[in-house]
Amino acid sequence: MLNVALPKGRLGEKVYAMFEAAGYPCPSIKENTRKLIFENEEKQVRYFWVKPSDVSIYVERGAADIGVAGKDILLEYEPDVYELLDLDLGKCRMAVAGPKNFYDDGEKTLKVATKFTNIAANYYNSIGRDIDIIKLNGSIEIAPILGLSDVIVDIVETGTTLKENDLEVKTDILPISARLIANKSSFKFKGEIIECVLKSIEEQVKKDD
Amino acid sequence: MIEEQILKSEEKAVFALRSLYKKYGYLPYKMSKFEEYELYIRNKDFLVSDRIITFNDTNGKLMALKPDVTLSIIKNSEDKKGEKQKVFYNENVYRVSKSTKNYKEIMQAGLECIGDIDLYDIFEAVKLAVNSLSLISDEFVLEISHLGILSAVLDDVCKDKLFQSQAIEFISQKNTHDLARLCENFEISTQKTDKLISFISTYGEREEVLKKLNCLCKSESIKELETLSAMLSKCEFSDKIIFDFSVVNDMSYYNGFVFKGFLSGICEGVLSGGQYDNLMQKMDRKSGAVGFALYLDLLEQLSKPKKDYDVDVLLIYKDSDDKQKLAQKVNELINQGLSVSAQKSVPEKLRYKQKVEL
Repeated sequence: MLNVALPKGRLGEKVYAMFEAAGYPCPSIKENTRKLIFENEEKQVRYFWVKPSDVSIYVERGAADIGVAGKDILLEYEPDVYELLDLDLGKCRMAVAGPKNFYDDGEKTLKVATKFTNIAANYYNSIGRDIDIIKLNGSIEIAPILGLSDVIVDIVETGTTLKENDLEVKTDILPISARLIANKSSFKFKGEIIECVLKSIEEQVKKDD
Repeated sequence: MIEEQILKSEEKAVFALRSLYKKYGYLPYKMSKFEEYELYIRNKDFLVSDRIITFNDTNGKLMALKPDVTLSIIKNSEDKKGEKQKVFYNENVYRVSKSTKNYKEIMQAGLECIGDIDLYDIFEAVKLAVNSLSLISDEFVLEISHLGILSAVLDDVCKDKLFQSQAIEFISQKNTHDLARLCENFEISTQKTDKLISFISTYGEREEVLKKLNCLCKSESIKELETLSAMLSKCEFSDKIIFDFSVVNDMSYYNGFVFKGFLSGICEGVLSGGQYDNLMQKMDRKSGAVGFALYLDLLEQLSKPKKDYDVDVLLIYKDSDDKQKLAQKVNELINQGLSVSAQKSVPEKLRYKQKVEL
Protein backbone atom coordinates (compact mmCIF):
# COMPACT_ATOMS: atom_id res chain seq x y z
CA MET A 1 0.00 0.00 0.00
CA LEU A 2 1.34 3.39 -1.03
CA ASN A 3 0.54 6.12 1.49
CA VAL A 4 0.26 9.61 0.03
CA ALA A 5 0.04 12.79 2.14
CA LEU A 6 -1.72 15.58 0.27
CA PRO A 7 -1.86 19.19 1.41
CA LYS A 8 -5.43 20.28 2.23
CA GLY A 9 -6.74 22.91 -0.14
CA ARG A 10 -6.66 23.87 -3.80
CA LEU A 11 -3.08 22.76 -4.36
CA GLY A 12 -3.84 19.32 -2.91
CA GLU A 13 -6.83 18.91 -5.21
CA LYS A 14 -4.70 19.72 -8.25
CA VAL A 15 -2.07 17.26 -7.08
CA TYR A 16 -4.69 14.55 -6.53
CA ALA A 17 -5.85 15.05 -10.13
CA MET A 18 -2.27 14.33 -11.24
CA PHE A 19 -2.17 11.11 -9.20
CA GLU A 20 -5.53 10.15 -10.68
CA ALA A 21 -4.24 10.74 -14.20
CA ALA A 22 -1.17 8.69 -13.31
CA GLY A 23 -3.48 5.68 -12.81
CA TYR A 24 -4.01 5.86 -9.05
CA PRO A 25 -7.59 7.06 -8.64
CA CYS A 26 -9.60 6.94 -5.44
CA PRO A 27 -13.12 8.10 -6.36
CA SER A 28 -14.35 8.35 -2.77
CA ILE A 29 -12.03 11.33 -2.23
CA LYS A 30 -14.35 13.49 -4.31
CA GLU A 31 -17.38 12.82 -2.12
CA ASN A 32 -18.12 15.78 0.07
CA THR A 33 -17.38 14.27 3.47
CA ARG A 34 -15.39 15.20 6.52
CA LYS A 35 -13.28 12.10 6.15
CA LEU A 36 -9.53 12.62 5.88
CA ILE A 37 -8.33 9.18 4.77
CA PHE A 38 -9.31 7.54 1.47
CA GLU A 39 -8.23 4.15 0.23
CA ASN A 40 -8.32 2.31 -3.06
CA GLU A 41 -7.73 -1.30 -2.15
CA GLU A 42 -7.46 -2.44 -5.75
CA LYS A 43 -4.79 0.10 -6.72
CA GLN A 44 -3.07 -0.32 -3.36
CA VAL A 45 -3.03 3.40 -2.64
CA ARG A 46 -4.19 5.46 0.34
CA TYR A 47 -4.51 9.25 0.32
CA PHE A 48 -4.87 11.52 3.32
CA TRP A 49 -5.39 15.23 3.71
CA VAL A 50 -3.10 16.98 6.14
CA LYS A 51 -2.21 20.58 6.95
CA PRO A 52 0.22 21.71 4.21
CA SER A 53 2.97 22.54 6.69
CA ASP A 54 2.68 19.03 8.21
CA VAL A 55 3.19 17.03 4.99
CA SER A 56 6.96 16.90 5.38
CA ILE A 57 6.60 15.56 8.95
CA TYR A 58 4.32 12.72 7.82
CA VAL A 59 6.79 11.82 5.07
CA GLU A 60 9.98 12.14 7.13
CA ARG A 61 8.52 9.93 9.86
CA GLY A 62 7.29 7.36 7.37
CA ALA A 63 3.52 7.70 8.08
CA ALA A 64 3.33 8.70 4.42
CA ASP A 65 5.61 7.20 1.78
CA ILE A 66 5.32 10.21 -0.48
CA GLY A 67 3.70 13.62 -0.28
CA VAL A 68 3.56 17.09 -1.72
CA ALA A 69 5.04 20.04 0.15
CA GLY A 70 5.99 23.60 -0.70
CA LYS A 71 9.68 24.41 -1.07
CA ASP A 72 9.18 26.99 1.72
CA ILE A 73 8.27 24.23 4.18
CA LEU A 74 11.19 22.06 3.05
CA LEU A 75 13.66 24.90 3.52
CA GLU A 76 12.17 25.90 6.86
CA TYR A 77 12.11 22.45 8.48
CA GLU A 78 14.90 20.76 6.48
CA PRO A 79 13.36 17.27 6.71
CA ASP A 80 15.58 14.31 5.80
CA VAL A 81 13.63 13.23 2.68
CA TYR A 82 14.17 12.79 -1.05
CA GLU A 83 12.90 15.69 -3.12
CA LEU A 84 12.01 13.93 -6.35
CA LEU A 85 10.19 16.43 -8.51
CA ASP A 86 9.31 20.08 -8.93
CA LEU A 87 5.57 20.01 -9.68
CA ASP A 88 5.60 23.55 -11.00
CA LEU A 89 2.39 24.21 -9.03
CA GLY A 90 1.63 26.72 -6.28
CA LYS A 91 4.32 29.01 -7.60
CA CYS A 92 5.24 32.05 -5.54
CA ARG A 93 8.37 33.52 -4.01
CA MET A 94 9.94 34.07 -0.61
CA ALA A 95 10.76 37.75 -0.26
CA VAL A 96 11.75 40.53 2.09
CA ALA A 97 9.06 43.21 2.18
CA GLY A 98 8.80 46.49 4.03
CA PRO A 99 7.09 49.89 4.06
CA LYS A 100 7.62 51.86 0.86
CA ASN A 101 9.57 54.56 2.69
CA PHE A 102 11.83 52.12 4.56
CA TYR A 103 15.48 51.93 3.61
CA ASP A 104 17.90 49.59 5.41
CA ASP A 105 20.99 51.73 5.98
CA GLY A 106 22.62 48.95 8.03
CA GLU A 107 23.14 51.22 11.06
CA LYS A 108 21.26 49.11 13.57
CA THR A 109 20.05 45.56 14.05
CA LEU A 110 17.31 44.84 11.55
CA LYS A 111 14.05 43.67 13.09
CA VAL A 112 12.52 40.93 10.93
CA ALA A 113 9.05 39.50 11.50
CA THR A 114 8.36 36.12 9.90
CA LYS A 115 6.74 32.72 10.08
CA PHE A 116 9.88 31.30 8.44
CA THR A 117 12.58 31.89 11.04
CA ASN A 118 15.04 29.37 9.61
CA ILE A 119 14.81 30.72 6.06
CA ALA A 120 15.12 34.33 7.29
CA ALA A 121 18.08 33.51 9.54
CA ASN A 122 19.88 31.63 6.73
CA TYR A 123 19.27 34.43 4.25
CA TYR A 124 20.56 37.23 6.49
CA ASN A 125 23.43 35.04 7.63
CA SER A 126 24.45 34.57 3.98
CA ILE A 127 24.68 38.35 3.51
CA GLY A 128 26.20 38.95 6.95
CA ARG A 129 23.44 41.22 8.26
CA ASP A 130 22.74 41.31 12.00
CA ILE A 131 19.04 40.75 12.65
CA ASP A 132 16.51 40.28 15.41
CA ILE A 133 13.95 37.65 14.43
CA ILE A 134 10.37 38.00 15.59
CA LYS A 135 8.44 34.79 15.08
CA LEU A 136 4.79 35.38 14.19
CA ASN A 137 2.14 32.87 13.15
CA GLY A 138 -0.07 35.03 10.94
CA SER A 139 -0.99 38.56 9.79
CA ILE A 140 2.73 39.20 9.28
CA GLU A 141 2.00 42.25 7.12
CA ILE A 142 0.89 44.40 10.04
CA ALA A 143 4.19 43.98 11.94
CA PRO A 144 6.06 46.82 10.12
CA ILE A 145 2.98 49.07 10.18
CA LEU A 146 2.74 48.84 13.95
CA GLY A 147 6.48 49.23 14.38
CA LEU A 148 6.92 45.67 15.66
CA SER A 149 9.49 45.05 12.95
CA ASP A 150 11.36 46.90 10.18
CA VAL A 151 10.67 44.32 7.50
CA ILE A 152 8.98 40.97 7.02
CA VAL A 153 10.12 37.76 5.32
CA ASP A 154 7.11 36.05 3.81
CA ILE A 155 5.61 34.32 0.80
CA VAL A 156 4.49 36.68 -1.95
CA GLU A 157 2.06 35.39 -4.56
CA THR A 158 0.53 38.34 -6.38
CA GLY A 159 1.64 41.12 -4.06
CA THR A 160 -1.96 42.33 -3.51
CA THR A 161 -1.87 41.84 0.27
CA LEU A 162 1.38 43.78 0.44
CA LYS A 163 0.01 46.62 -1.66
CA GLU A 164 -3.15 46.87 0.44
CA ASN A 165 -0.97 47.27 3.51
CA ASP A 166 1.34 49.84 1.91
CA LEU A 167 4.24 47.42 1.72
CA GLU A 168 6.48 46.50 -1.19
CA VAL A 169 8.95 43.76 -2.01
CA LYS A 170 12.48 44.86 -1.15
CA THR A 171 14.40 41.72 -2.15
CA ASP A 172 13.44 38.35 -3.58
CA ILE A 173 15.05 35.53 -1.61
CA LEU A 174 14.03 32.53 -3.68
CA PRO A 175 11.29 31.09 -5.88
CA ILE A 176 8.87 28.62 -4.29
CA SER A 177 6.81 25.81 -5.80
CA ALA A 178 5.31 22.49 -4.75
CA ARG A 179 7.65 19.49 -4.62
CA LEU A 180 7.02 15.75 -4.60
CA ILE A 181 8.89 14.28 -1.65
CA ALA A 182 9.52 10.71 -0.54
CA ASN A 183 10.56 8.99 2.65
CA LYS A 184 14.09 7.64 2.23
CA SER A 185 13.33 4.23 3.68
CA SER A 186 10.04 3.82 1.76
CA PHE A 187 11.91 4.63 -1.44
CA LYS A 188 14.05 1.52 -0.86
CA PHE A 189 11.13 -0.83 -0.29
CA LYS A 190 8.37 0.68 -2.43
CA GLY A 191 10.69 2.11 -5.06
CA GLU A 192 8.96 0.48 -7.99
CA ILE A 193 5.54 2.01 -7.38
CA ILE A 194 7.02 5.38 -6.34
CA GLU A 195 9.08 5.56 -9.55
CA CYS A 196 6.03 4.60 -11.58
CA VAL A 197 3.97 7.45 -10.04
CA LEU A 198 6.92 9.80 -10.40
CA LYS A 199 7.39 9.07 -14.07
CA SER A 200 3.77 9.66 -14.95
CA ILE A 201 3.55 12.89 -12.96
CA GLU A 202 6.83 14.08 -14.48
CA GLU A 203 5.33 13.61 -17.95
CA GLN A 204 2.22 15.57 -16.92
CA VAL A 205 4.36 18.43 -15.59
CA LYS A 206 6.36 18.51 -18.83
CA LYS A 207 3.14 18.50 -20.90
CA ASP A 208 1.77 21.48 -18.96
CA ASP A 209 4.96 23.40 -19.72
CA MET B 1 18.28 -20.06 29.56
CA ILE B 2 16.49 -16.99 28.24
CA GLU B 3 13.35 -17.58 26.21
CA GLU B 4 13.75 -15.87 22.84
CA GLN B 5 10.21 -14.54 22.69
CA ILE B 6 10.69 -12.47 25.82
CA LEU B 7 13.55 -10.47 24.30
CA LYS B 8 12.92 -7.13 22.62
CA SER B 9 14.18 -6.69 19.04
CA GLU B 10 17.14 -4.60 20.20
CA GLU B 11 18.12 -7.06 22.93
CA LYS B 12 17.98 -9.97 20.52
CA ALA B 13 20.10 -7.98 18.07
CA VAL B 14 22.80 -7.33 20.66
CA PHE B 15 23.31 -11.05 21.29
CA ALA B 16 23.21 -12.03 17.64
CA LEU B 17 25.58 -9.25 16.55
CA ARG B 18 28.12 -10.05 19.24
CA SER B 19 28.34 -13.63 18.09
CA LEU B 20 28.58 -12.54 14.42
CA TYR B 21 31.43 -10.05 14.96
CA LYS B 22 33.40 -12.49 17.12
CA LYS B 23 33.36 -15.02 14.28
CA TYR B 24 35.32 -12.59 12.12
CA GLY B 25 37.91 -11.90 14.79
CA TYR B 26 36.53 -8.61 16.04
CA LEU B 27 37.25 -8.17 19.72
CA PRO B 28 34.85 -6.63 22.20
CA TYR B 29 35.69 -3.06 23.13
CA LYS B 30 34.34 -1.86 26.44
CA MET B 31 34.80 1.76 27.25
CA SER B 32 34.01 4.22 29.95
CA LYS B 33 30.92 6.37 29.59
CA PHE B 34 33.06 9.49 29.95
CA GLU B 35 35.70 11.07 27.79
CA GLU B 36 37.66 14.30 28.04
CA TYR B 37 35.63 17.11 26.51
CA GLU B 38 38.62 18.35 24.53
CA LEU B 39 38.48 15.35 22.17
CA TYR B 40 35.07 16.41 20.93
CA ILE B 41 35.83 20.10 20.63
CA ARG B 42 38.73 19.32 18.30
CA ASN B 43 36.50 17.17 16.09
CA LYS B 44 33.11 18.68 16.62
CA ASP B 45 32.17 18.67 12.93
CA PHE B 46 32.36 14.88 13.01
CA LEU B 47 29.60 14.74 15.60
CA VAL B 48 25.92 14.75 14.72
CA SER B 49 25.36 17.63 17.14
CA ASP B 50 27.87 19.83 18.95
CA ARG B 51 25.77 19.86 22.10
CA ILE B 52 27.35 17.58 24.64
CA ILE B 53 26.62 16.83 28.29
CA THR B 54 29.65 17.99 30.28
CA PHE B 55 30.67 17.92 33.92
CA ASN B 56 33.77 18.51 36.01
CA ASP B 57 35.60 15.41 37.17
CA THR B 58 36.85 15.24 40.77
CA ASN B 59 40.23 16.57 39.62
CA GLY B 60 38.60 19.54 37.90
CA LYS B 61 38.98 18.21 34.36
CA LEU B 62 36.10 18.97 32.01
CA MET B 63 34.56 15.67 30.98
CA ALA B 64 31.76 14.69 28.62
CA LEU B 65 29.21 11.92 28.50
CA LYS B 66 30.09 10.19 25.22
CA PRO B 67 28.18 11.52 22.22
CA ASP B 68 30.16 9.20 19.95
CA VAL B 69 32.16 5.99 20.13
CA THR B 70 34.38 6.14 17.03
CA LEU B 71 36.54 9.05 18.21
CA SER B 72 37.41 7.24 21.46
CA ILE B 73 38.33 4.05 19.63
CA ILE B 74 40.60 5.96 17.25
CA LYS B 75 42.21 7.78 20.16
CA ASN B 76 43.08 4.51 21.86
CA SER B 77 44.38 2.72 18.76
CA GLU B 78 47.93 2.62 17.38
CA ASP B 79 49.48 2.98 13.93
CA LYS B 80 51.50 -0.15 13.17
CA LYS B 81 52.49 -1.04 9.66
CA GLY B 82 50.77 -4.16 8.38
CA GLU B 83 48.60 -4.45 11.46
CA LYS B 84 44.91 -3.90 11.94
CA GLN B 85 42.89 -3.49 15.06
CA LYS B 86 39.40 -4.95 14.75
CA VAL B 87 36.93 -4.15 17.49
CA PHE B 88 33.19 -4.16 18.06
CA TYR B 89 31.15 -2.34 20.65
CA ASN B 90 27.73 -2.01 22.11
CA GLU B 91 27.43 1.27 23.97
CA ASN B 92 25.03 4.03 24.88
CA VAL B 93 25.78 7.49 23.54
CA TYR B 94 24.17 10.78 24.53
CA ARG B 95 22.97 13.14 21.83
CA VAL B 96 20.38 15.84 21.32
CA SER B 97 17.26 14.41 19.73
CA LYS B 98 16.28 16.16 16.52
CA SER B 99 12.61 16.10 17.41
CA THR B 100 12.49 16.95 21.11
CA LYS B 101 15.72 19.01 21.22
CA ASN B 102 16.49 17.30 24.52
CA TYR B 103 19.31 14.90 25.32
CA LYS B 104 18.60 11.30 24.51
CA GLU B 105 20.32 8.04 25.33
CA ILE B 106 20.92 6.09 22.14
CA MET B 107 21.95 2.45 22.05
CA GLN B 108 24.56 1.82 19.39
CA ALA B 109 26.32 -1.30 18.23
CA GLY B 110 29.01 -1.34 15.62
CA LEU B 111 32.52 -2.16 14.63
CA GLU B 112 35.70 -0.43 13.57
CA CYS B 113 38.71 -1.74 11.70
CA ILE B 114 41.68 0.59 12.11
CA GLY B 115 45.18 0.21 10.71
CA ASP B 116 46.74 -0.85 7.44
CA ILE B 117 43.39 -1.52 5.78
CA ASP B 118 42.75 -2.60 2.20
CA LEU B 119 39.82 -3.54 -0.02
CA TYR B 120 39.41 -6.84 1.82
CA ASP B 121 38.70 -5.01 5.10
CA ILE B 122 36.15 -2.82 3.37
CA PHE B 123 34.51 -5.88 1.87
CA GLU B 124 34.46 -7.50 5.30
CA ALA B 125 32.87 -4.42 6.89
CA VAL B 126 30.20 -4.26 4.17
CA LYS B 127 29.54 -7.99 4.46
CA LEU B 128 29.20 -7.72 8.24
CA ALA B 129 26.90 -4.72 7.82
CA VAL B 130 24.67 -6.81 5.54
CA ASN B 131 24.77 -9.78 7.87
CA SER B 132 23.94 -7.50 10.81
CA LEU B 133 20.83 -6.24 9.04
CA SER B 134 19.83 -9.77 8.04
CA LEU B 135 19.93 -10.84 11.69
CA ILE B 136 17.29 -8.24 12.52
CA SER B 137 14.87 -8.50 9.61
CA ASP B 138 14.37 -10.27 6.30
CA GLU B 139 13.45 -7.06 4.52
CA PHE B 140 16.48 -4.82 4.32
CA VAL B 141 18.62 -2.89 1.87
CA LEU B 142 22.23 -1.76 2.10
CA GLU B 143 23.18 1.05 -0.23
CA ILE B 144 26.78 1.79 -1.07
CA SER B 145 28.41 4.84 -2.59
CA HIS B 146 32.00 5.81 -3.30
CA LEU B 147 32.91 9.38 -2.45
CA GLY B 148 35.96 9.18 -4.73
CA ILE B 149 33.62 8.80 -7.69
CA LEU B 150 31.38 11.62 -6.48
CA SER B 151 34.42 13.92 -6.12
CA ALA B 152 35.68 13.01 -9.58
CA VAL B 153 32.27 13.74 -11.13
CA LEU B 154 31.91 17.05 -9.29
CA ASP B 155 35.49 18.17 -10.06
CA ASP B 156 34.80 17.53 -13.70
CA VAL B 157 31.72 19.78 -13.58
CA CYS B 158 32.96 22.70 -11.47
CA LYS B 159 35.66 23.04 -8.82
CA ASP B 160 34.01 25.94 -7.00
CA LYS B 161 33.56 25.04 -3.29
CA LEU B 162 30.18 26.75 -2.94
CA PHE B 163 28.90 24.93 -6.02
CA GLN B 164 30.13 21.59 -4.74
CA SER B 165 28.65 21.97 -1.25
CA GLN B 166 25.24 22.92 -2.64
CA ALA B 167 25.41 20.21 -5.30
CA ILE B 168 26.18 17.58 -2.67
CA GLU B 169 23.11 18.63 -0.70
CA PHE B 170 20.88 18.27 -3.77
CA ILE B 171 22.50 14.94 -4.63
CA SER B 172 21.67 13.62 -1.16
CA GLN B 173 18.02 14.62 -1.79
CA LYS B 174 17.93 13.09 -5.30
CA ASN B 175 16.84 16.60 -6.25
CA THR B 176 17.58 16.91 -9.96
CA HIS B 177 15.47 20.04 -10.56
CA ASP B 178 17.31 22.27 -8.09
CA LEU B 179 20.63 20.77 -9.18
CA ALA B 180 19.87 21.76 -12.77
CA ARG B 181 19.05 25.31 -11.58
CA LEU B 182 22.30 25.45 -9.63
CA CYS B 183 24.25 24.45 -12.75
CA GLU B 184 22.44 27.18 -14.66
CA ASN B 185 23.43 29.76 -12.04
CA PHE B 186 27.06 28.68 -12.30
CA GLU B 187 26.89 28.80 -16.11
CA ILE B 188 27.76 25.14 -16.52
CA SER B 189 27.37 23.69 -20.00
CA THR B 190 24.24 21.65 -20.79
CA GLN B 191 26.39 18.65 -21.58
CA LYS B 192 28.04 18.68 -18.15
CA THR B 193 24.72 19.38 -16.41
CA ASP B 194 23.13 16.41 -18.16
CA LYS B 195 26.04 14.21 -17.13
CA LEU B 196 25.67 15.24 -13.51
CA ILE B 197 21.91 14.64 -13.59
CA SER B 198 22.45 11.20 -15.17
CA PHE B 199 24.96 10.44 -12.44
CA ILE B 200 22.52 11.05 -9.60
CA SER B 201 19.75 9.26 -11.46
CA THR B 202 21.99 6.19 -11.58
CA TYR B 203 21.16 3.92 -8.67
CA GLY B 204 19.89 0.46 -7.92
CA GLU B 205 21.07 -2.93 -9.12
CA ARG B 206 24.88 -2.98 -9.02
CA GLU B 207 25.68 -4.39 -12.47
CA GLU B 208 23.34 -1.89 -14.14
CA VAL B 209 24.87 1.02 -12.24
CA LEU B 210 28.42 -0.06 -13.13
CA LYS B 211 27.52 -0.26 -16.81
CA LYS B 212 26.09 3.26 -16.84
CA LEU B 213 28.86 4.62 -14.64
CA ASN B 214 31.59 3.68 -17.07
CA CYS B 215 29.99 5.91 -19.69
CA LEU B 216 29.65 8.81 -17.25
CA CYS B 217 33.07 9.26 -15.73
CA LYS B 218 36.60 8.01 -15.55
CA SER B 219 37.95 7.38 -12.10
CA GLU B 220 40.25 4.89 -10.42
CA SER B 221 37.54 4.48 -7.80
CA ILE B 222 35.21 2.78 -10.31
CA LYS B 223 37.62 -0.16 -10.41
CA GLU B 224 37.41 -0.44 -6.62
CA LEU B 225 33.63 -0.38 -6.84
CA GLU B 226 33.70 -3.12 -9.50
CA THR B 227 36.00 -5.33 -7.46
CA LEU B 228 33.89 -4.87 -4.34
CA SER B 229 30.73 -5.66 -6.28
CA ALA B 230 32.27 -8.83 -7.70
CA MET B 231 33.33 -9.94 -4.20
CA LEU B 232 29.86 -9.20 -2.82
CA SER B 233 28.11 -11.08 -5.60
CA LYS B 234 29.46 -14.33 -4.14
CA CYS B 235 27.95 -13.56 -0.73
CA GLU B 236 24.57 -14.27 0.77
CA PHE B 237 22.01 -11.44 0.39
CA SER B 238 23.98 -10.02 -2.54
CA ASP B 239 20.71 -8.94 -4.18
CA LYS B 240 19.96 -6.65 -1.24
CA ILE B 241 23.10 -4.58 -1.76
CA ILE B 242 22.62 -1.69 -4.17
CA PHE B 243 24.66 1.27 -5.36
CA ASP B 244 23.27 4.72 -4.70
CA PHE B 245 25.38 7.87 -4.92
CA SER B 246 22.93 9.89 -2.85
CA VAL B 247 24.55 8.40 0.26
CA VAL B 248 26.71 11.35 1.17
CA ASN B 249 28.37 11.32 4.55
CA ASP B 250 30.47 14.32 5.56
CA MET B 251 33.25 14.39 2.99
CA SER B 252 35.72 16.14 5.25
CA TYR B 253 35.78 12.99 7.39
CA TYR B 254 34.73 10.19 5.11
CA ASN B 255 36.42 9.22 1.86
CA GLY B 256 36.08 6.23 -0.41
CA PHE B 257 33.28 3.83 0.37
CA VAL B 258 30.28 4.92 2.44
CA PHE B 259 27.15 2.92 3.12
CA LYS B 260 23.75 3.09 4.74
CA GLY B 261 21.32 0.36 5.77
CA PHE B 262 17.53 0.43 5.88
CA LEU B 263 15.00 -1.98 7.36
CA SER B 264 11.45 -2.13 6.09
CA GLY B 265 9.14 -0.54 8.65
CA ILE B 266 11.73 1.85 10.07
CA CYS B 267 11.44 5.34 8.64
CA GLU B 268 15.13 6.21 8.64
CA GLY B 269 18.49 4.53 8.08
CA VAL B 270 19.42 2.14 10.92
CA LEU B 271 23.01 1.56 9.88
CA SER B 272 25.58 4.06 8.74
CA GLY B 273 29.25 3.71 8.03
CA GLY B 274 32.17 3.91 5.67
CA GLN B 275 35.84 4.57 5.24
CA TYR B 276 37.12 7.47 7.33
CA ASP B 277 40.77 7.95 6.47
CA ASN B 278 40.20 11.72 6.39
CA LEU B 279 39.14 11.74 10.02
CA MET B 280 42.24 9.71 10.90
CA GLN B 281 44.42 12.27 9.13
CA LYS B 282 42.72 15.11 10.97
CA MET B 283 43.63 13.35 14.19
CA ASP B 284 47.28 13.19 12.97
CA ARG B 285 47.14 9.49 12.29
CA LYS B 286 48.69 7.57 9.44
CA SER B 287 46.37 4.55 9.40
CA GLY B 288 43.20 4.07 7.45
CA ALA B 289 39.90 3.02 8.95
CA VAL B 290 36.49 1.61 8.13
CA GLY B 291 33.51 0.98 10.39
CA PHE B 292 29.81 1.28 10.94
CA ALA B 293 27.25 1.83 13.64
CA LEU B 294 23.78 0.38 14.06
CA TYR B 295 21.21 2.50 15.87
CA LEU B 296 19.54 -0.12 17.99
CA ASP B 297 17.03 2.23 19.61
CA LEU B 298 15.30 2.54 16.24
CA LEU B 299 14.45 -1.16 16.30
CA GLU B 300 11.60 -0.28 18.66
CA GLN B 301 9.74 0.81 15.54
CA LEU B 302 9.63 -2.74 14.19
CA SER B 303 6.08 -3.88 14.69
CA LYS B 304 5.48 -6.80 16.97
CA PRO B 305 2.23 -8.69 17.32
CA LYS B 306 0.11 -6.80 19.85
CA LYS B 307 -0.68 -8.58 23.08
CA ASP B 308 -4.24 -8.45 24.37
CA TYR B 309 -3.25 -8.99 27.99
CA ASP B 310 -0.24 -8.52 30.30
CA VAL B 311 -0.49 -11.81 32.22
CA ASP B 312 -2.17 -15.14 31.67
CA VAL B 313 -3.47 -15.54 35.20
CA LEU B 314 -4.44 -13.03 37.83
CA LEU B 315 -4.28 -14.97 41.07
CA ILE B 316 -6.35 -13.33 43.82
CA TYR B 317 -5.66 -14.24 47.44
CA LYS B 318 -6.76 -12.92 50.80
CA ASP B 319 -4.59 -11.66 53.68
CA SER B 320 -5.74 -14.64 55.73
CA ASP B 321 -4.63 -17.20 53.09
CA ASP B 322 -1.73 -19.49 53.80
CA LYS B 323 1.31 -18.01 52.00
CA GLN B 324 2.91 -21.42 51.52
CA LYS B 325 -0.21 -22.52 49.72
CA LEU B 326 -0.06 -19.36 47.61
CA ALA B 327 3.58 -19.95 46.64
CA GLN B 328 2.71 -23.51 45.71
CA LYS B 329 -0.19 -22.37 43.50
CA VAL B 330 1.97 -19.75 41.74
CA ASN B 331 4.61 -22.38 41.08
CA GLU B 332 2.02 -24.78 39.75
CA LEU B 333 0.70 -22.24 37.25
CA ILE B 334 4.17 -21.20 36.10
CA ASN B 335 5.08 -24.83 35.57
CA GLN B 336 2.10 -25.04 33.22
CA GLY B 337 3.80 -22.36 31.14
CA LEU B 338 1.54 -19.52 32.28
CA SER B 339 2.52 -16.08 33.57
CA VAL B 340 1.01 -15.19 36.93
CA SER B 341 0.44 -12.04 38.92
CA ALA B 342 -0.46 -12.71 42.56
CA GLN B 343 -2.58 -9.84 43.91
CA LYS B 344 -4.93 -9.12 46.78
CA SER B 345 -7.34 -7.17 44.60
CA VAL B 346 -7.76 -6.61 40.88
CA PRO B 347 -5.24 -3.92 39.82
CA GLU B 348 -6.78 -1.13 37.76
CA LYS B 349 -4.30 -1.25 34.90
CA LEU B 350 -3.47 -4.93 34.64
CA ARG B 351 -4.90 -6.83 31.67
CA TYR B 352 -5.33 -10.55 32.36
CA LYS B 353 -6.65 -13.51 30.46
CA GLN B 354 -8.10 -15.40 33.37
CA LYS B 355 -8.88 -14.60 37.01
CA VAL B 356 -8.33 -17.35 39.56
CA GLU B 357 -9.09 -17.17 43.27
CA LEU B 358 -6.94 -19.10 45.63
